[in-house]
Amino acid sequence: MIITKQRLFSEILDSLVGEKTVFLVGCGECATVCQTGGEDEVKALSERLQQAGKIISGSVVLEPACNLLEAKRQFRKYRDLIEQSDSLLAMSCGGGAQIAQEASGKIVHPANESLFLGTVKRFGQFEEYCSMCGDCVLDTTGGICPITRCSKGLLNGPCGGSQAEKCEVDSEKDCGWVMIYKRLKEIGKLASLISTSERLRDHSRTVKPANRQLTRDKGVKK
Amino acid sequence: MTALQQALSKGEFAVTAEVAPPKGIDVTEMLEHVEHLRGRVHAVNVTDQQSSVMRLGSLATCVLLKQVGIEPVFQLTTRDRNRIALQSDLLSAYALGIENVLCLTGDYITLGDHPQAKPVFDLDSITLLSVARRLQDGYDLAGNKLEGSPRFHLGAVATPGYEPIDLQLLKLKKKVEAGAQFFQTQAVYDPAVFARFIDQVKDFKVPVIAGIILLKSAGMAAFLNKNIAGVNVPDPIITEMKGAKDKVTTSIEIAARIIRAIKDLCQGVHIMSLGWERHVPALLDALRL
Ligand code: SF4
Ligand code: SF4
Repeated sequence: MIITKQRLFSEILDSLVGEKTVFLVGCGECATVCQTGGEDEVKALSERLQQAGKIISGSVVLEPACNLLEAKRQFRKYRDLIEQSDSLLAMSCGGGAQIAQEASGKIVHPANESLFLGTVKRFGQFEEYCSMCGDCVLDTTGGICPITRCSKGLLNGPCGGSQAEKCEVDSEKDCGWVMIYKRLKEIGKLASLISTSERLRDHSRTVKPANRQLTRDKGVKK
Repeated sequence: MTALQQALSKGEFAVTAEVAPPKGIDVTEMLEHVEHLRGRVHAVNVTDQQSSVMRLGSLATCVLLKQVGIEPVFQLTTRDRNRIALQSDLLSAYALGIENVLCLTGDYITLGDHPQAKPVFDLDSITLLSVARRLQDGYDLAGNKLEGSPRFHLGAVATPGYEPIDLQLLKLKKKVEAGAQFFQTQAVYDPAVFARFIDQVKDFKVPVIAGIILLKSAGMAAFLNKNIAGVNVPDPIITEMKGAKDKVTTSIEIAARIIRAIKDLCQGVHIMSLGWERHVPALLDALRL
């Protein structure tokens, strides 16, 4: 899930300077779970903006905001309201904000900061476990991701900085490599850490200006 | 072959020290500091923006040392440069006559004075070592042939007090396989911990140069214990520093005592004097080094 947090209200207002009528776009999936773009948040932000003198022409919560077909379909129902608005405010991730722009042709402002690909630890608590490196190594690291859970994203073992099994960067955070070590020991696979030859990241799988697209194949890859 | 390499290969007890480049371009004070080390050490490490604080470059400083006749150890971290820049800097170093290279991962960016900068870590200490070795073999990381290849004396760091030690040993083994020819260690204060460590790494057959940080005060010892991973100054030493009439004398006594206790276990000492370079000769005198 894409983890978002709402931008400061003052920042949102600043982005709307010179615009009077605004249409709000929420997202029924990730942003709803993060409470940054569900029905309740759309309603709350709409009220706050009205108090600040804006006219809210309408709103819709897309299922989800990052789907172009869904956005086009829903926006058709609200065509007049969207047309008369100066801009749209996207209460979704940045992907949803850009889809809203593509589907409406209007100026779209982001209401949220998009932070990371998150797991849900418990209600309202999210943690990053995967950075989508395109070259998964979990199989050899005891199912714990070194790229994400080691602060330096080290692939070949720990730096010398951990203290009391915590990371040098943040004493609240467990050292990713100590976690990997313990897990490998637990499952009797420490030897794999020794035998794996040194690893080098292949950034060409992820870095810009990659035009990252994927058309789903049928069936399982051979 | 560098003087350091020669000393280690001949089984002489190696002595290295360390300087930090200034923040800025005025190198007067730094050069004054290293003057105290002239003729007393085999080589002087030059830190690479230690603690992620932006400073004059390590490579430029190494060249400055070389120009005044002091052999440098070029510390190179993977924090700020990607594999293209690191390979290029390794070639540049050799072209400028620098052969001792200490390969480090580097501290994290947010610990320094430009916390908003991009942390690179495209390589790590292990892959940096193997990249250096590959350059020596005449090829770059992408497999392209080089016109003329460098020769390095490659070092890596080790932390004897690291826990869990098995995890560290795994990493050190990989460093050796990747090409580490010597280790310089994090500061040692407990000879027993160091002896255990030496026993654990003896099969690597790589010379170990034990790190010593000259304590300037009891407060500094407490700071090291709290903030520097793997460093543990025992309480009796802190008490000794607290009660010291003359901090310099006591500090040197402590360092000399530790070095004497571990001298037969290792192949050299690396003295980190943090601005107290002028006191290093007295320490070496006490040790007859
Ligand atoms: S290695 Fe880590 S970042 Fe890469 S795909 Fe696997 S979990 Fe994600
Ligand atoms: S302390 Fe552990 S998690 Fe933190 S950067 Fe070093 S190896 Fe990675």
